[in-house]
Amino acid sequence: MSDIETLQTELMAAIDSADTLEAIEAVRVSALGKQGSVSALLKTMGGMSPEERQTQGPIINGLRESITSALATKKAELETAELNRRLSTERIDMTLPAPDIPRGTIHPVSQVMDELAEIFADMGFAVAEGPEIEDDWHNFTALNIPETHPARAMHDTFYFPDDMARDGQKMVLRTHTSPVQIRTMTSQEPPIRIIAPGRVYRSDSDATHTPMFHQIEGLVIDKGIHLGHLKWTLETFLKAYFEREDVVLRLRPSYFPFTEPSVEVDVGYSVINGKRVIGGSEGWMEVLGSGMVHRKVIEACGLDPDVWQGFAFGTGVDRLAMLKYGMDDLRAFFDGDNRWLQHYGFNALDVPTLSGGVGA
Amino acid sequence: MKFSLSWLKEHLDTDADMQAVADCLNRIGLEVEGIENPAEALSAFRIAKVISAAPHPQADKLQVLSVDAGGEPLQVVCGAPNARAGMLGVFGPAGAVVPANGMVLKVAAIRGVESNGMMCSIAELELGDDHDGIIELPDDAPVGQVYADWADLDDPVIDVSITPNRQDCMGVRGIARDLAAAGLGTLKPLGDVYKIDLSTPLEGSDPAPNVRTDDEAGCPAFYAQSVSGVRNGEAPEWMRAKLKAIGQKPISALVDITNFLSIDLGRPLHVYDRAKLNGALVARKARDGEEIVALNGKTYALDASMTVIADDAMVHDIGGIMGGEHSGVSEDTTDVLIECAFFDPEHIARTGQKLGLTSDARQRFERGVDPAFLENGLAIATKLVLDLSGGTASAITRVGQAPVTPRIFAYDTDYCRRLGGVDVPPEEQRNILERLGFSVTADWHITVPSWRRDVDGAADIVEEVVRMVGLDNVMSVPLPRADGVAKPTATPAQSLERKVRRAAAARGLNEAINWSFLPQKAADAFGGGAWALANPISEDMKVMRPSLLPGLLSAAQRNMDRGASSVRLFEIGRRYFVGTDGASDERATAGIVLAGERTARNWATGKAERFDAFDAKAEAIALLKAAGVATDSLLVMDDAGAHYHPGQSATLRMGPKNILAAFGTLHPATAKAFDLDGTVVAAEIFLDAIPLKKASGFMRPAFTPPALQAVTRDFAFLVAEGMPANDLLRAIKGADKDNIVAVRLFDRFAGQGVPEGQVSLAVEVTLQPTDKSYSDDELKAISDKVIAAATKLGAILRG
Repeated sequence: MSDIETLQTELMAAIDSADTLEAIEAVRVSALGKQGSVSALLKTMGGMSPEERQTQGPIINGLRESITSALATKKAELETAELNRRLSTERIDMTLPAPDIPRGTIHPVSQVMDELAEIFADMGFAVAEGPEIEDDWHNFTALNIPETHPARAMHDTFYFPDDMARDGQKMVLRTHTSPVQIRTMTSQEPPIRIIAPGRVYRSDSDATHTPMFHQIEGLVIDKGIHLGHLKWTLETFLKAYFEREDVVLRLRPSYFPFTEPSVEVDVGYSVINGKRVIGGSEGWMEVLGSGMVHRKVIEACGLDPDVWQGFAFGTGVDRLAMLKYGMDDLRAFFDGDNRWLQHYGFNALDVPTLSGGVGA
Repeated sequence: MKFSLSWLKEHLDTDADMQAVADCLNRIGLEVEGIENPAEALSAFRIAKVISAAPHPQADKLQVLSVDAGGEPLQVVCGAPNARAGMLGVFGPAGAVVPANGMVLKVAAIRGVESNGMMCSIAELELGDDHDGIIELPDDAPVGQVYADWADLDDPVIDVSITPNRQDCMGVRGIARDLAAAGLGTLKPLGDVYKIDLSTPLEGSDPAPNVRTDDEAGCPAFYAQSVSGVRNGEAPEWMRAKLKAIGQKPISALVDITNFLSIDLGRPLHVYDRAKLNGALVARKARDGEEIVALNGKTYALDASMTVIADDAMVHDIGGIMGGEHSGVSEDTTDVLIECAFFDPEHIARTGQKLGLTSDARQRFERGVDPAFLENGLAIATKLVLDLSGGTASAITRVGQAPVTPRIFAYDTDYCRRLGGVDVPPEEQRNILERLGFSVTADWHITVPSWRRDVDGAADIVEEVVRMVGLDNVMSVPLPRADGVAKPTATPAQSLERKVRRAAAARGLNEAINWSFLPQKAADAFGGGAWALANPISEDMKVMRPSLLPGLLSAAQRNMDRGASSVRLFEIGRRYFVGTDGASDERATAGIVLAGERTARNWATGKAERFDAFDAKAEAIALLKAAGVATDSLLVMDDAGAHYHPGQSATLRMGPKNILAAFGTLHPATAKAFDLDGTVVAAEIFLDAIPLKKASGFMRPAFTPPALQAVTRDFAFLVAEGMPANDLLRAIKGADKDNIVAVRLFDRFAGQGVPEGQVSLAVEVTLQPTDKSYSDDELKAISDKVIAAATKLGAILRG
């Protein structure tokens, strides 16, 4: 055995027996460091004859390569072992709870208003708004409800004191969203298609009535619009809103001062697990008031009723929410109870879309 | 409006049963609110004969009866003094429910003697008030038969909601007319119903009553007739039964006649006791200060806008609304004056509203009774008085003229298709209208019947035709649809509101909806409300809110009371102000309240942490960002409002004037006023103050990342404790705008090594080279500028 072979055997044995990173480093220094045994051999090559170098060169370089490679392999092994040892001491109980991220919610009334905006946008209706503190003319007179009209008494109106009157008009909290019809017709040219959701107020308070609630108004003014269009619009809207094809409507003649003819709309329901579910016709629930806009209302807005006609409808947003999502107490809508909001509220990302379905 | 099925059939010749009648009523717009059949509650009660009656061994006042109710004789203990052998009565067996008190009858021992049910009184069966003893039936009553069947109680009562336009249906006859027009039967002639010849007046001998009207606007017509020598006893059973069936209490024949005619014909009348009158009876305006004690026992103060009926001495009647107690008829009345007048609907409505007084008469007069029905109305009333109370009728006084001018207008039968969406052949339209009492000429001029005050144009005619044809026959027709997919419809303000709402929810806040009105005190504490209701439902709901915070704080407090440890609420709604033109100025606002714990106690972080003012600031900035505001350039200034902690609150402004948001720790006094313990923080975002983005297309600027890497340099400065850190950051940022792209505060320290009254602020300044890397000289130059800018503010660079 040559010296080189002996050296290789010794170094390999040292590498093999090294069991710490320090030990392997010591072997590396002893072999490849400045004073190392392999380094010393490499230095001898400078003094060799070309012939000698021809034979010894590959042998010495081979030694260096095999030692370098063995060192690297062993070092990696030791490092892995060291890492594994460390990791084994770093174990954490992953059943511990992660930090809580509070869950926020959208109120059902807002959600349903967004749903309605989405549905009606597809039918070409824009969303219109108006003040909640209205004058008497917009809330009543222009809607063909003169001062002595019995319908006024039925509205349980909240009034502001006489000294808040404006242009001789008593100020009231709007009792319905219908004044937005007037504001729209007096401010924009037909054809008109709008919905107007918002807060409305009546001096009434019990299990099913709150002094503040939400309505949505719809208005179409165009040429050649008739009761059949109203019927289609309401059917289409309710089917889209409840996302059921078996929504059945029952129209009954009724009376609203601002429509003629006036139509009250019942929607059929089925009883499933003791709850009323929209669809079918086991029973009927009143959901909408509607009708063809009264000539006097169109006239009051400065339009020619022989040219323009159309329909209007109104319904309770809170009630639509209750019918779809199953709340049974209106008062809870306005209580801000965190538990209720968590239960009936909607996720921020439940944005109603037609492609994803408006309901959530 | 309530009536029984048999009552309806007095006017309507029909075989229709209850369900058919109800369906038809709904179909033609007379909404059925309820149907009740008194017989249903009485189906268990049978006619029974008392076979024997013996004293109860243990109780003096009780008897032990043997009762035959159609089966085996039953032993019944009875306390009624009139119970005796041989009588017939009404028996409730075990299992029956007593209508008056809901008690379920059981087989039970009463004072030691078994009783198998109960012999019932009128009151127990809710058939009247009489509870003196058990019901006594005639000897020929069939033992064992269901009592309600035998007594004709199987007569459902229908409650119909009459819309304000249909004054004609405020009487049973009007409803019958509508049903007949809808094909449910035939309307009987009115003369047949009352067995009276209506073609000639029921005129007695002179003198006619001395009445007149001095108020032709309020009371344009006043008809009157006297009847002398009446005896005001009980009304006959048929009339009492009808009134009782609809929940009215029979009083006396004369009173019941007026009540009956009001319901039957929708024709209110008044009957005066002539003995209580002095001189002529005059319809006139009341004088300010006059008073009347009305038939409901209450005193009403009258004014000169109200029409009354008065004699020389006093006011006897609030015209068309309620009579007076003084001249009301009693058992002793012998001579009466029957008033059949026409009161102007608007006058009635105003007077009724002013007095806050509703009555059957007001409901009818304010809708407008048939102005052509004074003569016949009076004739029928007089006939009933003569029939039921005897006496002799006087001549009739007819003063004034009710507004009976016929309304006639042209009608185009095609309008039914154009407006109603249903094509009804002209002849069918004509038939419908004629059945409803309209007259129609060959060239389609329509005369409206006097009782249909609500019909005044072609659209009303369409409504009549459509409701009789049935809305089911109106076919759905799609609205014309614009080309292409639906266009966006939301306004910029609506889009902004939606974004803010969703952003708030995404940040863990719960959306609440609170009342728009506040108690006065709460409004005052938040800047004062401009709009206070004249008629609030309660003092707690009086003033339109000037801020969203009081509502949110109350909600937070309710949640805390329910044991919540952390409350994160927001609301988006309006605040109410008065604009310069006196109109309502309603400003869109988002309010946020954070109360309790931001993080609960936790294995990782230890103790619970409460919210602080910076949580409120974080929400305000996040929501403004969501609304598209470049929040980095906002000014942070004071004056958040008196409801905030003065040292821990601020406003965010776009320029020195435009306040976009306020936030901070709530003032302890405010928190206390809402019963909230500990620190509560809040933020308000004034959505109306945020400038709306103008649409500028969807194209974004090109993406041009800097070619060279940014470098950072840290500086620490000593500054006076009161100096806002933001001043330092802004100064540094402005020191070299070409190179400094960001300045971030990463440490704030006071204490050891920092002189008293000063704090150390450490900032990281990010420098962005453009075309070549910085040389040491360049870096030093920038650094000098930073230090110079800070020094200008009095800051000292720490060594």
